[in-house]
Amino acid sequence: MPSDTDTTFTMELMYRRSLGPVVGAFLTGLRDQRLLASRTAEGRVICPALEYDPDSGDAVDDLVEVGPGGVVTGWTWVPEPLRKHPSDRPFAWALVQLDGADTALVHALAADGPDAVRTGMRVVPRWADERTGHITDIACFVPEEG
Amino acid sequence: MRDVAIVSFATTGPLPAVDDTETQMLFPVISEAIERSGIPRADIGFTCSGSADYLAGTPFAFVGNLEAVGAWPPISESHVDMDGAWAMYEAWVRLQHGDVDVALAFSSGISSRSDLREVLCLQNDPYYLMPLWADHGSLAGLQARAVAEAGLVDEVVDTVAAPPASDGAAAVIMVAGDRAREVCERPAWIRGIEHRSDPHYIGVRDLADVPSAQVAAAAAGVGGGPIDLAELSAAHPHEEVLLRRAMGLADLVEVNAGADPLMVAGLAHIGAAATAIHEGRAGRTLGHAASGPCLQQNLVCVMEGTP
Repeated sequence: MPSDTDTTFTMELMYRRSLGPVVGAFLTGLRDQRLLASRTAEGRVICPALEYDPDSGDAVDDLVEVGPGGVVTGWTWVPEPLRKHPSDRPFAWALVQLDGADTALVHALAADGPDAVRTGMRVVPRWADERTGHITDIACFVPEEG
Repeated sequence: MRDVAIVSFATTGPLPAVDDTETQMLFPVISEAIERSGIPRADIGFTCSGSADYLAGTPFAFVGNLEAVGAWPPISESHVDMDGAWAMYEAWVRLQHGDVDVALAFSSGISSRSDLREVLCLQNDPYYLMPLWADHGSLAGLQARAVAEAGLVDEVVDTVAAPPASDGAAAVIMVAGDRAREVCERPAWIRGIEHRSDPHYIGVRDLADVPSAQVAAAAAGVGGGPIDLAELSAAHPHEEVLLRRAMGLADLVEVNAGADPLMVAGLAHIGAAATAIHEGRAGRTLGHAASGPCLQQNLVCVMEGTP
């Protein structure tokens, strides 16, 4: 039974902060349609760039360019997108291992349906028209032509 | 290490949608756990709670939950913004200090008043994943496919529905040493407890594996003897498959798995595993809690009925 004290909250993260030399460089790179990765001391290439090696915890500041194309290493279909999802049409979430990277980037993949998506397929980013240094500068990934 | 045991447990179980405040929901549960222990309220030396202010929709919401413990006598207390299993872990550490013998750990969560698919996005990293609003059901779907493509389950699914949200609360009383033997005929002695985390960003992980659960289970001593009963926090069937493999429980028959309610499931599973010992239904049990996307964080507690 709804009470007379029902209140609706909207929660947001409204922080302004410096992103630092690694995350900042990655997101700034997106504005120029460049995909940067961090390279660990052992040579593992991590994209999106992380400030630390997830295996050792050591700081990482060596940046290399990867992509722009890549391979889908995992995915799931979203038949009914939520209001805030990057697509208002059914789409897939995909793990995309960009060319030259050893780890995967999570993003939306535009496809006609789940039958048009498979692990191992090649994809390329579709860039947003207006890029502001956010992960959403990649509007989505799309299947590579040909 | 001091011997510490869970001597009593109380829970609401999963509730569909409560009208009460979190404090109202907690009050009978905390009272029941204390009364069942037979220990006077004034003897509780430390209290630790687990809940999520994001679910309540306001900062420091957990402070109000202390009303369910009572304003008198004054208490020494702490809070974790996590499942109550982590509050129980903190209480166990506090008991190891040696100056306090009795601790109360409790947790609560009301998920029914918010859209978990949005709220839980706030647990993702704020730069790469959160702005995409990749909800927990979707991320579970990525893991389900990884598990299927690794051949660990037979069926490949296109999508995974998030389980329905539920509300609830749970509480345990933990007691050290001889005092536990005095108040409980068959205390659930904590033989090992450990929590570990895998990397936050799921793109750097092999989603068909849960190294943090494996390491935590090993450190908690799961392999040190036969487990009679395991209580696992697994929201989806593929999560149970992964956890069984990681913890070496692949062939264990008696496993209870389930995820609800949020912030309570882990403590409730540990409490249920302790209760099985209290009631003489099991000699050595395991309780498990999970947190974060795709089983990122795992806590394992091994309990035994013999001192």
